[in-house]
Amino acid sequence: MYATWPCPLPNGRMGEEMVLGFDTARAQRLLVIPPLFDEANKFRHQIFEIMRRIVSREVDCFLPDLPGCNESTADLTQQTLGQWRAAVAAAATHFRATHVLAIRSGGWLVPGDIPGWLYAPVKPRQVLRSLLRARIIAAREDGRDETSDGLLENARIEGIELAGWPLGAQLVRELEAEEATPTGAQIVIEHSDVGGQPLWLRAENDDDPEQADALAAIVAIGIHGL
Amino acid sequence: MTAETAHAAPTGPSRSEIDQTLRGILRDVLGLDQAQVDGFDNDTGLFGHLPELDSMAVAGLFTEMEDRLDIVIDDEDVDGEMLESYGGLLAFSEAKAVGA
Repeated sequence: MYATWPCPLPNGRMGEEMVLGFDTARAQRLLVIPPLFDEANKFRHQIFEIMRRIVSREVDCFLPDLPGCNESTADLTQQTLGQWRAAVAAAATHFRATHVLAIRSGGWLVPGDIPGWLYAPVKPRQVLRSLLRARIIAAREDGRDETSDGLLENARIEGIELAGWPLGAQLVRELEAEEATPTGAQIVIEHSDVGGQPLWLRAENDDDPEQADALAAIVAIGIHGL
Repeated sequence: MTAETAHAAPTGPSRSEIDQTLRGILRDVLGLDQAQVDGFDNDTGLFGHLPELDSMAVAGLFTEMEDRLDIVIDDEDVDGEMLESYGGLLAFSEAKAVGA
């Protein structure tokens, strides 16, 4: 179930990252791109539940670690959206993905030409705003006054640690500037199509079998063209 | 304790509507069922009383409040008082929604 996959490094060489994969050499192969930062942790269990259900519907599934994320030993401060996109594109090729399912901010990274789904996409600026806010709230609690503008001014040049995530300057600039709008090859699944309480809002990590059933059904039916 | 929010203002954003929306957001953030959040009163403690409501969860709560209540929460709005209790958060939301 757990294996490694060859992931391109910024210097042009190849590194190695972990992948949670269910590979039985089926024709239909789904690459799953998890959300970034705190939502990666919040969704880990749920993604596993979704994958298990999709696998049971005759689709192979792959959830690759991206550099600097999950079990990766790569330095998060060195990562950029551009490098993550290159990693996702390499993973799509390596696993011979026929479809892609990206969750929340994972949608920023998917190659435009692979059909699939973007579940509950979110704007990069919104994610940056939430991370900044978490830091400001924590600072306020410690009796320090910080502002988004003040933090960002410095972060664009030096990078910044937000809510425990050390982000490089380039990644901060990308998060601020990018729109990351869907390209057309993927269909957006709104949360209302899945129903229930959005798991990314949960203060404590949780999974939801009914939501996993609904999302897996949308994807599996879409893949098999039923 | 919720009775005071039960009478909607004849014009402008309805107080009970804001109250219901806010309870809905807290239900989603805290993973509670509707009956539990319906039991919240003005003195129900939030940040500092609920260990699971850490800074990242509060940040998500604010983002969702902005979205569902159509308000903008500025950095300087964030203070202990508004986060201390449900009543504080409701009063803040009502003030913001009226000003929006």
